[in-house]
Amino acid sequence: MKNKLISAPYLVWMVVFILVPLLMVAYFAFTDKDGNFTLNYVADVAQYSQIFVRSIWLAAIATVICLVISYPLAYILTGMSKNTQSTMLMLVMLPMWMNFLLRTYAWMTMLGNNGIINSIFGFFGLGPYKMLNTEGAVVLGMVYNYLPYMILPLYSVMVKIDKSVIEAASDLGCNTWNTLFRVVLPLSLPGVMSGITMVFVPAISTFIISRMLGGGGNLLIGDLIEMQFLGNAYNVNLGAAISLVLMVIILLIMTIMNQFGSDDETVLM
Amino acid sequence: MKKISKVYLGLVLMFLYVPIFVLIVFSFNTTKSRTVMSGFTFEWYAKLFRNEIIMSSLANTILIAVIASVTATILGTAAAIGINNMKKLPKAIVLNITNFPIINPEIVTGVSLMLLFVFFAARMNLEFGFVTLLIAHITFSVPYVILNVMPKFRQMDPFLYEAAQDLGCNSRQAFFKVVLPEIMPGVVSGFLMSFTFSLDDFIISYFTCGSDSQTLPVTIYSMTRRKVSPEINALSTLIFLVVVIALVLKNFVERRSESRSLKTKEESL
Repeated sequence: MKNKLISAPYLVWMVVFILVPLLMVAYFAFTDKDGNFTLNYVADVAQYSQIFVRSIWLAAIATVICLVISYPLAYILTGMSKNTQSTMLMLVMLPMWMNFLLRTYAWMTMLGNNGIINSIFGFFGLGPYKMLNTEGAVVLGMVYNYLPYMILPLYSVMVKIDKSVIEAASDLGCNTWNTLFRVVLPLSLPGVMSGITMVFVPAISTFIISRMLGGGGNLLIGDLIEMQFLGNAYNVNLGAAISLVLMVIILLIMTIMNQFGSDDETVLM
Repeated sequence: MKKISKVYLGLVLMFLYVPIFVLIVFSFNTTKSRTVMSGFTFEWYAKLFRNEIIMSSLANTILIAVIASVTATILGTAAAIGINNMKKLPKAIVLNITNFPIINPEIVTGVSLMLLFVFFAARMNLEFGFVTLLIAHITFSVPYVILNVMPKFRQMDPFLYEAAQDLGCNSRQAFFKVVLPEIMPGVVSGFLMSFTFSLDDFIISYFTCGSDSQTLPVTIYSMTRRKVSPEINALSTLIFLVVVIALVLKNFVERRSESRSLKTKEESL
């Protein structure tokens, strides 16, 4: 048990397959094709600021919608009997276990011009509306895919809130709104923060949802990176530079979130 | 108020499940239409099972998930033992690097591994395929094993190991008979997480697979890119069924072990 050597295989693995690859991203971002130091690629990222702004904007909208849907849902769940709670949680988690490509594909077929939603509109003499290949469809895809990531941390924090604290608040003269804003909300803040990071990080870096539901016109950062590595635009150095900037943005956001959140790491899982 | 919350709950569940049920219903459609049910057929299921690409990538996915999760569990458990015995500073450094694959967007992890493999491919005759996929899957799985096992050491009585040795165990017996049973719940949940993440992963596999060795999600992606085929619907239906059965079984086992532990508690009282 006092033997530290037992972790040696992992330490080697960690250095070779976690640390070195990340250093390689940084190396490629700051060098040109011949391996000379350059800042050109990092500077080139500025050309794509429009895509960065769009990614942050759409991911932020999706995160807010997830929060607005999940907060009351998690609160309702905590008021139910133990058995219903676990069944409901299972129902919320079940779609998460299906591959996200299939879930996104489902919306792709439903939103199309001759999809099922437009044919229902058509039945009432409306439409067809262009729903696929819009920004709205991308946000919908993000909300649909990442909603459980918001519900679960919110629920796991709220279920721990002592009900007698809420009763005490109303005994001491708080009305429902005051109880919600001055007691429940502050106590559930760590859950809100980890929910926001768990939705925002995958949403800002997705490249499949935007491609399947947004068509070619709504590129996000993820698409941009993918194009540099596997697409026609093959340019590993630029791709590494964009990845580096994305990592920095996410690190900044996580740091800001941690300022508000608590040190309770168990909330995350 | 109760009624409103029930309606709300129902609406959210509808949002989560309607797309999946639309997929399932149209997997039995005789034509390729996504709006009109023209008849009932199992044709797409038969086609699915005759599709060699899908079947071979399914076998590949399962094989990789099994090898990767078993390797990750052994590597991660051994690592957790060693990390637990480290001094404060090296411990903090190792845990922070271990967290990278969890915090980083998946696309960055995928891209960084791809850069590493390209580097090796050029120098050491390494080909993109089964090996690179396996390495990538182990790399993103180990952190989850470590994250699940570490807290178990914190809960364990640190003198248990010494007590076992005082009572005549050699260090191997002390580990397998005393320490391992104590940390087992963490090891099992780490293994299950690695296994499911490996089965479900698309983004990292997309960047690290070769043309001849793909996983099911990568194959699904290329299917959604090409043309509409109800085979995807049939595949979704089967995956949904497997997930439902797995979750029901898991719940069943958990409830039984819960009631059993309750019973033994009552008996001991």
